[in-house]
Parts: sequence; C-alpha cells; structure tokens
Amino acid sequence: MEERPTSVWGSTRFWRKSAGWVTGVSALLLIWLSADTVPQISMRSAEDLDAGKPMRVPPPTVINHKITYEFDARRGHEIPIIGEKEAFFGRNDYSEEEANALLTHGKLTVQAKNCMSCHTLLGNGGYYAPDLTKAWLDPAWSDQGPYMAMTGTTSREEAMAKFLMKPSTYPTHARRMPELGITEDEAKAVVAFLKHMASIDTNGFPRNFAKINGGVNAK
Amino acid sequence: MLSKYSEVKWESQKLAINYFRVAIILFLANLLFGLLAAIQYLYPNFLFEIIDFSINRTLHINALVVWLLYAMIGAVYWMLPEETGIETVGIGLGKLLFYILTAAIAVVVLVFLLIQVGAGDIKSIWLINEGREYLEAPRWADIGIVVVVLGFLANVFLTAFKGRRTGILTVLMFDLLALAGLYLAGMFFTKNISMDQFWWWWVIHLWVEATWEVYVAAVVGWGLIKTLGANRKIVEMWIWIELAMLFGSGILGLGHHYFWIGTPEYWWEIGALFSALEPVPLIGMFVHVIYDWGKQAGKQHEINNKPAFAWFVVNTFGNFLGAGVWGFMHTLPQINIYTHGTQWTPAHGHLAFYGAYAAILIGMMYIVVQGKYGIRQMRFTAAGKWGISLLTIGLIGMTMALTIAGYQQSMIERAEFGSTWAGYFAAQNSHWMLQAMGWRLAMGVVTMLGFVFLFKDLLTIGPKLKAEEAAGSTANANAPAGAAATA
Repeated sequence: MEERPTSVWGSTRFWRKSAGWVTGVSALLLIWLSADTVPQISMRSAEDLDAGKPMRVPPPTVINHKITYEFDARRGHEIPIIGEKEAFFGRNDYSEEEANALLTHGKLTVQAKNCMSCHTLLGNGGYYAPDLTKAWLDPAWSDQGPYMAMTGTTSREEAMAKFLMKPSTYPTHARRMPELGITEDEAKAVVAFLKHMASIDTNGFPRNFAKINGGVNAK
Repeated sequence: MLSKYSEVKWESQKLAINYFRVAIILFLANLLFGLLAAIQYLYPNFLFEIIDFSINRTLHINALVVWLLYAMIGAVYWMLPEETGIETVGIGLGKLLFYILTAAIAVVVLVFLLIQVGAGDIKSIWLINEGREYLEAPRWADIGIVVVVLGFLANVFLTAFKGRRTGILTVLMFDLLALAGLYLAGMFFTKNISMDQFWWWWVIHLWVEATWEVYVAAVVGWGLIKTLGANRKIVEMWIWIELAMLFGSGILGLGHHYFWIGTPEYWWEIGALFSALEPVPLIGMFVHVIYDWGKQAGKQHEINNKPAFAWFVVNTFGNFLGAGVWGFMHTLPQINIYTHGTQWTPAHGHLAFYGAYAAILIGMMYIVVQGKYGIRQMRFTAAGKWGISLLTIGLIGMTMALTIAGYQQSMIERAEFGSTWAGYFAAQNSHWMLQAMGWRLAMGVVTMLGFVFLFKDLLTIGPKLKAEEAAGSTANANAPAGAAATA
C-alpha cells in the first residue's frame, strides 16, 4: 500500500497513470496519422500517372516522362511537375514491369553501395557529398554543366551512368567519389532511381533548387 | 575493469562487466573512425579507395550505436540483482548470448572493413550491408540482434517477476520492450524511398528521442539513489513524470522528420509543435539531479561516487544542451528547409549523443568499477578529471565547429546557390567551412586524448582506491579510538 499523499502532485500513482495515458494517447495518434500517411506515400499506379492524378510518390513508369520542379503559388513552394514523354536511355515506353525492375535494382544498388553514408537522400544520410533528392534535375548534368563534356555523352542519363561506373576518373574537386564497382546495368538502374526520387513531392525541399545560379553558373 | 579481482557476487553483474568491457573497446573504435573521417574532410586523398569516407562513417556511427547498446544492456544486468534482490533468471543464456552477439559484431565489422560493398542485389542486403544510415548491419545480423535482445528481455522480465519489481524496473521493462519492438520496423526492403525513410525514422527517432531517453531517465534515477542516497519514492515519481513528458513530446515529435521525405504537409505543424516540447523533459532531468544533490548536501549521505555523479551532471546538462537546445535550433520547418541535411545535423548529433547517452553510460562504468572493487568512497583521480574535462571540451568544441559549418552550408549551398551540386561544392570549399572542419579535427583529437585518460582511469582507479582504503583502514585500526572516529 502506498502512503496517501497530501496532494495529487506528489502522488506516484497519479504520475504513473498520467504517464500511461499520455504514452497511450500519443502512440494511438501516431498510429492513426501513420495510417493516413502510408497510403499517401505508397507508389501510385501507372494508370493514375497516365490519368494525370495528383500524387506524392509516382509509379516507376515516371521515368518515361520529363520532370521539372516548379513553384506552385497555391502551396507556396516548388513541386515536381510530371510532363510529356521523354526518352530515358533512348526509350520512353518502359512497361510497368520493366520500370519496376529497374527501380528495384536501382534501390538495391543504392543500398548495397552504401550511397547514403556520403550522400543524403531526401536530406538524410552523410554530408560528405551532394544531396541527391533532386540530383536528376541538377544543372551539373545538363549541357550547361561539366559532366556531359567530360564523359563524352549527349544526355543527362548517359552522363550520370558513365560517371557512376568510373567516378574517380572524372574528378571535378579534390574530394572525389570512389570506385564502387558499379556495373553498366547497376548504373542505369541507379539513374532510374534518381529520376524517380526527383519526381517525389517533398513539400518544396530543397527550396529554390537550381533556380539560383549563384556565382558558378552565372551567365 | 580488466583485472580479475572482483568483489561482485552476482553472476548478472559479472556479465555486466563483460558488456562494459566490449563497450569501451567499441567506444574507442567509434572515436578512431570518426577521426579518420574528420581527416578526410580536410585531406580527401587520405585512405581514398582504401577505407573511404563511407566506410569510416559507417563504422563511426555503428560503433557508437553498438557501444551504447552494450553499455545499456550491461547497466541493466548490473542493476537487475540489486533491484530485484535475486540472481538474474537465465544468466547462463545471458552469457551465451553475449558471446554470440560479440562474435556477430566482430564479423560485421570485418565485412564492413574488408568487403565494404556488394553488388546491387538482395544478397548484399542480407550478407554485406543494408546501406541505410545507422541500420547498415546486414539482415542476418539484424535477425541475430533480435534474437539476442529477446533473450535479454526474457531475462529482465522473468527476473523482475520472480524478485522485487521496483518502479524503476517497471519503467525499464516497458521501455526495453518498446525499444526492441521498434527495431523490427527497420527490417524490410522497399523500392519506395519515401516509405523506406518513413519506417526508418520509426527506428531511429523512436529510439534516440523516445525510448533511449526514457531509459536514461530510469538509469539516472537509479544512479541518484546509488550515489547520493536520494529518496527512492521521489526519484520514482520523477521518472514517471519524465516518462510522461518524454513520450508525450517524443512520440509525435517524430513528425519533425516527416517534413521533406514525401509525407503530407500536416506533419509540419505536428512535428514543429511536439519537437518544440522535446527539450522540456530534458530541463526536468537536469533540475532533478541538481534538486536531489541540493537536498542531500550536508546530510549523512555524501556523494559516494564523485566521478559517476559528475558524469550524471554532464549527462543531464549535455542532454539538455545537445539534444534539447541544439535540436530545437533547427527543428522548425521554416528553418529546417534550409538546414535539413547539412552540418547542422552532426553538430546536434555529436553533442546530443555525448550528453544524452555516452555520459550517463560512462557514469555507470564508474559505478561498476566501484562495485567490482568494493570501494566505499570513489573520489576523482587526476586521470578521471582530465578524462571528463577533455572529452567534454572536445565534444563542445566539435559541436561549435560543426555549427559554424552548418551555418556556412545553409547560407551558401542552400540559400545562395539553391542546393545544387555546384552549390554544395561552393559551400564545402569556402574557407570558413574548411576552417570549421580544421577545428572539428583539432577538437576530435582533444576528445581522443580525453578518451585515453578515461580509459586509463577506468583500468586503474579501482585497484588504486581499493589499496588506499585498505591502507586507511589499517591506519585507523592502529590509531587510538578517538582519532579513528574523527578521521
């Protein structure tokens, strides 16, 4: 038997009960919110994409489309815009199955090579190398950037893939990406993963991506 | 801690000592790989394509998590017989699991160092590297960890039910169950990076900002009873209050990781509100220690373990400063959009892990040394003072340097350059960033020096003070009765 305290504020029993209630209610709220969030961040179907429905995480077939990152006046920040069809490694007709396999292989490669230990994905990971959230849209890989010329390629995806296969042979700074034994198939799959990641609605992160050219890309 | 001499009678406590021995070695690995990574920030060719930054960082953060878990398990095995009054049930199984876990960890470290990366298939995830920050351990090791933790939990629960189940133990049982269960949320593969990160945070956040914090609250409470003779009733009441505040803010504080990973915008408000409340219980924990200290000062119970108590003070203040203040500084979405994924995070991470977790567990190591040698009064030795001072100065110094680096990166890369590849390198190559990284390395060396003193102290303080106490009691026995009473 516990002693009867003079005030509820000094009662262990009161605080133990409160702790139980607070924890229980918080956990239930988290579960309820997660039940709302999980369907919203599940990959949508290729049909939804073709129908132009709004979505947070598009299906793998998004690699058949042009992606841009534009300011949305209603939401007050940038969002990815999925546009017309665009060639990806020379094709714009990847079936759901093909795109799915490519994205799965890409994600597995990203994990097996431990990319996240140096890079950030969606802002999470290591800080030793650039954030990859919108890397697909980065001007560095466009015809304005250094990589197409260095790798002798004519498209964004080819430049990225060629770089990934032999990264330390295309140095731009003292800090280089190491050789990770990435094969051609793996490299293409990783680029598909990066293109897909750029199409995810990240509530405007990173802000002003590639909108400000700073001193380096000033024209 | 290494010598065979022991006054410990409980098998559970002997097992605890083994857990602490491995913990301190992993602590050394934690610092060592951190230093290598810090050097690479300044000299990128250092060990390039031999032990790359990615490997060093993986070992740096995993050694950290594993040494903390080892010390956490060790602390529970130490407390268990004293709380319950009985030997730990299933201690034989506990010992077996210790050796299995340690062997598994040795294999994982060797694979990380020697094999490093695998081909892009599911086999690599199972055998080499899961490639998800903090959860890099391959899947086979995950399953092993779950099995070992289940065995540990079974021991704790069975012992508590058989012996005396105190309030502190009740909190720990509840907390450890949640801690173990949450690990399961990280054990699956998905091609969807948003879904991946959503559940990944259930493990990472609900560990370090909820269940681990509650663990610390319970252990600090136990430590206060142990070192100060604090009133158990008051301590246990405080632990329940802290639990309510920690879970009340920490569980939904998870929202501050859901701002930018593809999750809906309502997490901005939820994350901002609850994570802003997260520092409150941390102030509470600090106040609790100071309050109990003041309450006991001048009474019969002097602090019987000064180094342990000093580490508790570092713990509660460091927890408040590192986890609370440094966390709050970049937790609001309006600020976080510019700071997310920059050096702000490691600035906060370094001080938070040190303050919240390393310090309390080092304090527990001093309690273990005291128990092992049966020392009545643990005083500070010179090495102990150097250890606590240099480690704390080193960590605060690294935090300051990384905070400046974080400001630089947020301003240059994010605000001035719009976060591009070019912006990233513009920020990394700015001379203020390099200067900050230089200071980080210097302060990392100070931290390592502090560790050397701490390590020496933990090995030598026991025999030294034991010999002093033995000499003192012989002297007292030979002196006249009056002199002994005043001594």
